[in-house]
Amino acid sequence: MNVTLTVNGETRSAEVPPETTLLVFLREYLNLTGAKTGCDIGDCGACTVILDGKAVNACLMLAAQADGRDVITIEGLATREGLHPLQKVFEETGALQCGFCGPGVILSAKALLDENPAPSKQEIRNALAGNLCRCTGYVKMIDGIQEVAETMRSVPTPALPAASKGEQKHG
Amino acid sequence: MKPFTYERPTTPAAAAAAVTRRPDAKFIAGGTNLLDLMKLQIETPGHLVDVQDLRLDTIEATDDGGLRIGARVTNTALASDPRVRRDYGVLARAILAGASGQLRNKATTAGNLLQRTRCPYFYDTYQPCNKRQPGSGCAAIGGYGRPLAVIGGSDACIATHPSDMAVALRLLDARVETVTADGTTRAIPIADFHRLPGDTPHVETALARGELITAVTLPKPLGGTHVYRKVRDRASYAFALVSVAAVIRPDGTGRVALGGVAPKPWRAEAAEAELPSGAKAVADALLAGARPTADNAFKLPLVERTIAAAISDARE
Ligand SMILES: Cc1cc2nc3c(=O)[nH]c(=O)nc-3n(C[C@H](O)[C@H](O)[C@H](O)COP(=O)(O)OP(=O)(O)OC[C@H]3O[C@@H](n4cnc5c(N)ncnc54)[C@H](O)[C@@H]3O)c2cc1C
Ligand code: SF4
Repeated sequence: MNVTLTVNGETRSAEVPPETTLLVFLREYLNLTGAKTGCDIGDCGACTVILDGKAVNACLMLAAQADGRDVITIEGLATREGLHPLQKVFEETGALQCGFCGPGVILSAKALLDENPAPSKQEIRNALAGNLCRCTGYVKMIDGIQEVAETMRSVPTPALPAASKGEQKHG
Repeated sequence: MKPFTYERPTTPAAAAAAVTRRPDAKFIAGGTNLLDLMKLQIETPGHLVDVQDLRLDTIEATDDGGLRIGARVTNTALASDPRVRRDYGVLARAILAGASGQLRNKATTAGNLLQRTRCPYFYDTYQPCNKRQPGSGCAAIGGYGRPLAVIGGSDACIATHPSDMAVALRLLDARVETVTADGTTRAIPIADFHRLPGDTPHVETALARGELITAVTLPKPLGGTHVYRKVRDRASYAFALVSVAAVIRPDGTGRVALGGVAPKPWRAEAAEAELPSGAKAVADALLAGARPTADNAFKLPLVERTIAAAISDARE
């Protein structure tokens, strides 16, 4: 069947069998391997992407279910001007170690900040509860996300992909 | 996953007809439970009927002062609705005590009610399980019983219903609205929606084949203080060993329902008359006739203590 969706602001489509998950669609049909295949059962959060403004597990969703909808993956965050502030702070402070959970954690954090520009530490913890990190203990991630929230509030809107700024539709 | 075909109808009756037509068809909503089970080939539908375009995703006030929650309203949307947070706090708290943000963003009201058990033997396709394969036996009875039911089970199955949301809906006397292929609608009281296993543990609800859930309705607000207490093996992101949903009024009367102990959300209206006498009396009345295993007998005192904690939360 044909699946057509917007990925990081671009219309992308492919012919896939119905049993293709969104994760397999992104990784194997679009070659966007930023979303990781971890547990594949919704436990680890390594496959997290943003669908119509909300962080979701791409492994527990069919590509067909995402047809006509808007997806942001980690590949959509950096611009020509440089890394997304979350990527930058994670790099600068060593908030990631092996990095496998990184794309998922960063997208969960981005979805949080898009809805709540001034989250408390507890709200950040709640937003990351579905992203398992076995290396870091989360402390630098949580500090980093708070730091980004503060700078994003104090400077004019930084460059973000167009798709994340628009009205969120709930399809 | 076994190959299947997929469609997205645009009206509830067409969706019900599509599932009724094919004995191997199933509805899919968020997919967070169904796809998990399909990957393990515990569920093997040949056709999936996606409910996302049926316009069942709004929360509306009803004429009698309650709310009608569309079947496809996500758990996130339901828990963050200002009316739910204000008037049905126990429901918002129960939902937020379950799964993760990413999962709640996809999980739907109907899908959550219909999620299947987390019994470890149900998930292990090398083990006998009457629920997965009727007549094959039950590996849990005499096996590892820690997560399983202490009451309401049968000689065929002792699995628990894993939903947190359903416990709050039982407490609130919700009703489940449905439609069938010929357009017939009905409203099923939540108390009658989930079935006890008896000797047919694979039959889990009152729904007929192809019957589509369109909404869940809540009666007008109860008032009182709303509490949801969930006890689990780690602080977030785990299923309940025991959970207590409670609404307590200033005079000490109220309602109590339990999760994690039975094949369905567990409530006994008669037990609630004991609330002014304290947690022990309520727990004894709720769990009269319990048949725990050696591994899960700890749930009986845990229920009492969790009710006591809920009552004291409500006083604060
Ligand atoms: C890692 C993990 C942790 C979790 N932790 C918790 C937890 O702590 N507490 C908790 O309560 N839950 C938990 N869950 C379960 C989660 O809440 C459910 O998977 C979710 O609510 C199911 O909703 P869905 O819309 O994705 O359903 P689906 O998977 O789409 O469907 C589930 C069932 O409902 C049927 N269905 C769906 N919509 C309709 C309809 N309108 N009419 C008729 N039938 C319909 C489908 O045919 C299917 O049989 C967890 C899940 C995962 C993966
Ligand atoms: S308790 Fe129920 S679900 Fe678990 S193995 Fe026995 S029959 Fe299957």
